[in-house]
Amino acid sequence: MVKLNVNGVDHTFDGDPSMPLLWYLRDILGLTGTKFGCGMALCGACTVHKNGEAIRSCVTPLSAAAGSKIRTIEDIGANGLHPVQKAWIEVNAPQCGYCQSGQIMQAIALLKSKPHPTDQDIDDGMAGNICRCGTYQRIRAAIKLAAEKSA
Amino acid sequence: MSQIENVSRRGFLRGVVGAGAFVLAVRYVPPIFADEPAPDGQTEADRAPFHPNLFVGIETDGTVHIVAHRSEMGTAIRTTLPLVVADELDADWNRVKIDQAIGDKRYGDQNTDGSHSIRSFFDTMRECGASARWMLVQAAAQKWNVPTTECSTEPHTVVHAKSGRKLGYGELASAAAKFDVPKKDQLTFKKPADWRYIGKGKTSYDLENLCTGKAIYGMDAKIDGMIYASIEHPPVYGGKVKSYDEQEALKVSGVHQTMLIDPFKPPAAFQPLGGVAVLADNSWAAFQGRKKLKITWENGANETYDSTEYKKELQETARKPSKVIRTVGDANAALATASGANVIEAEYYVPLLAHAPMEPLVALAEYKDGKATIWAPTQNPQAVQAIVSTELGIPKENVICNVTLLGGGFGRKSKPDYVAEAAVLSKKVGRPVKVVWTREDDIKFDYYNAVAGMYFKAAVDAKGKPTAWLQRSVFPPITSIFDVNAVYGDPPHLAQGWTDMPYDLPNLSIENGPAKAHVRIGWLRSVANIYHGFGIQCFTDELAHRARRDPLEYLLDLIGPARTIDFKNVEYPNYGASLDTYPWETGRLRHVTELVAEKSGWAKKKSAKGHGFGIATHRSFLTYVATVVEVEVNDQGEIRIPRVDTAVDAGLIANPEITRAQFEGAAVFGTSIVRTGEITAKNGVIQQSNFNDYPVARINEAPQRTNVYIVESSAPPAGVGEPGVPPFVAAFCNAIYAATGKRVRNLPLSSSGLFG
Repeated sequence: MVKLNVNGVDHTFDGDPSMPLLWYLRDILGLTGTKFGCGMALCGACTVHKNGEAIRSCVTPLSAAAGSKIRTIEDIGANGLHPVQKAWIEVNAPQCGYCQSGQIMQAIALLKSKPHPTDQDIDDGMAGNICRCGTYQRIRAAIKLAAEKSA
Repeated sequence: MSQIENVSRRGFLRGVVGAGAFVLAVRYVPPIFADEPAPDGQTEADRAPFHPNLFVGIETDGTVHIVAHRSEMGTAIRTTLPLVVADELDADWNRVKIDQAIGDKRYGDQNTDGSHSIRSFFDTMRECGASARWMLVQAAAQKWNVPTTECSTEPHTVVHAKSGRKLGYGELASAAAKFDVPKKDQLTFKKPADWRYIGKGKTSYDLENLCTGKAIYGMDAKIDGMIYASIEHPPVYGGKVKSYDEQEALKVSGVHQTMLIDPFKPPAAFQPLGGVAVLADNSWAAFQGRKKLKITWENGANETYDSTEYKKELQETARKPSKVIRTVGDANAALATASGANVIEAEYYVPLLAHAPMEPLVALAEYKDGKATIWAPTQNPQAVQAIVSTELGIPKENVICNVTLLGGGFGRKSKPDYVAEAAVLSKKVGRPVKVVWTREDDIKFDYYNAVAGMYFKAAVDAKGKPTAWLQRSVFPPITSIFDVNAVYGDPPHLAQGWTDMPYDLPNLSIENGPAKAHVRIGWLRSVANIYHGFGIQCFTDELAHRARRDPLEYLLDLIGPARTIDFKNVEYPNYGASLDTYPWETGRLRHVTELVAEKSGWAKKKSAKGHGFGIATHRSFLTYVATVVEVEVNDQGEIRIPRVDTAVDAGLIANPEITRAQFEGAAVFGTSIVRTGEITAKNGVIQQSNFNDYPVARINEAPQRTNVYIVESSAPPAGVGEPGVPPFVAAFCNAIYAATGKRVRNLPLSSSGLFG
């Protein structure tokens, strides 16, 4: 039996505790905003926050998420758009958009630790998140814009 | 070509719009498929002589529904085509709702590939909007009892300026529906100066949903009672299951059953590859069960395929005279008489490339009572109808294909083998099935962009300018998926930057040699232009450096004065477009080259050790593009791309902001191709599996900044999704040469042996 809190709601799961958090969120809870891209923590599409830290849910077994507070993209804009989401929209960052939940979750975590990131900070913080459409230049601009606006 | 008819009185609403709505249909035969037979009269709409379609509906509350019949994979086409309708309709974009069409031949071509959505449907969309506006004006004029010539529109409103009266589109909808649809020659179109949206653009209709996790992709589709499936495919193309043991798989918690899927009957086309499916309560359980399968395979003839050996064969073939595609003068004679010191040869190579869209392949299918309902991220819903119909033995009309958003496509999702798998399984197990491909499945079972070997030979004069030019390419053709005996490049793909080599030279020989495919070959963003553009534009750069001439000046010299390329007696399909409407104009290629040189400050940029600039130009999908890439290479051989400049002449641009984004993305896509894009095979088995061994560009590896300069043009619209890739690839490699003196002739860099 695994107990965890997802977006402020307590859940218990009595299935296979080795199931990655990603599939629990998507297939069991129906929170499909978090995406499957690689299954090996290589692309970042599955990024969620565990106790405020960005993690790759595709390689996080439920057993490792037990007792923690998980936050997904669905909760980020639940009470009005987050400044990072606003910045994403303002610079027209997404193309297909599939990776952008993960990018936004990662960017929020980055800005928490580096409120005014340099280009190098952005490279370091975001290099784990692949965008195959190639929206990196706008992601970079959006992160800087979000940093500026919250200054 | 198009006829528009009011179908609201025929009760033909298809759920797009509600009661009381005013509906317009357009029948459209896309020019590129004009030879296809008309539909066979299954539906009400088919009673008409051409394909009838639905694009516009207006509710009495003023809501305007516009149907998007093309697939959304990141190009914002589902926004931009409706935007064209909205402009001619003079609708307020904020009151427009977009409906995604199901697969239906009434819409004409729906295969969202080949960068042709705008050019093929721009006029039709304008007619749809203009017709609706015409009828709304008629209705208002009748109500006011004034001549229509005294009426005009402002967004969502018909105005009678003389009396100051106004009526909203919603108020007019019911009355407008009673008018006959105007003939095309009755329509008045807005002057370009009056366009509110075309040429100004809008961001994606889905933008907010894309940033909040609310957007629904194929991966997110869900219906009651569905079960998840993961499929172990034959590791070698054309292989079969000899036997398998499911015992251990069935012990995995959540696994329901396994199911054999038959191998395809050659040619493969879009049939499922075959294999063993594991069906389970959730995706994870299906993956786990699959790992426990014990399968014995019969690999078949392709098990001897080795990509290293294959490369040697391609290059060997490329050195020998082969099928002549186009000639000017007599290149062979000129080369034979040239002195050895003035003859330059070079070989170029591009490996197989995988698409790797961020959303792995996935499809949900429900087969019930002789009908299949599909939810899929597909670029080609009518191909879904066709393959599901064939696989299940049901009529195409009984296949309803709902098109979700696509998490990237790049051509892979034009090929619906994965959708057919879901349909086949649903029929076998009697419940809805969602087939989920892993990333490993995606990389290993792609329709790869063809591996290509190219051979170039030029004789040059005292100034280093070619007096003769021979180019020969060899690649397994895409047609091999439809014809197992196909080995030569087909005209449409040879036309992708090879047949139309644009230089003004006295002696030219363009050739193509044979190559047999051992994997599925398919379209990938820019397709054959990737290798053709790379080879031609890098060989040009080689010749420029050899002649100690500035690469830009040399390139312009070879392009020569503005002219229209003559394709008399040459098979040149021109991307399915007429050469009258879309001639091959070297002046436009010249212009983008000069423009990018000016904007990038080429004249002032001096390459030095570790810091180089490269230039390349290429026309593809009827669009002329030139690109300058700046690179920095440090002593460890690490490469950075601080800046890219790209000039684009794609004729009339409907959505400039989206266009810029497409060219920014193309530079990143090209970066992946140059740095690390390579699929290899041993014993017929693909060696790559995920982003660890098939890496794609990350934020720190991608160009830091791509500047896009759009040529203002009233020429007919051309493509913007793909044309940015080929010139970027070549310019990047030319910049690396400028910075390091190392000529990249074999892609990718990661296995070229040039760096580290």
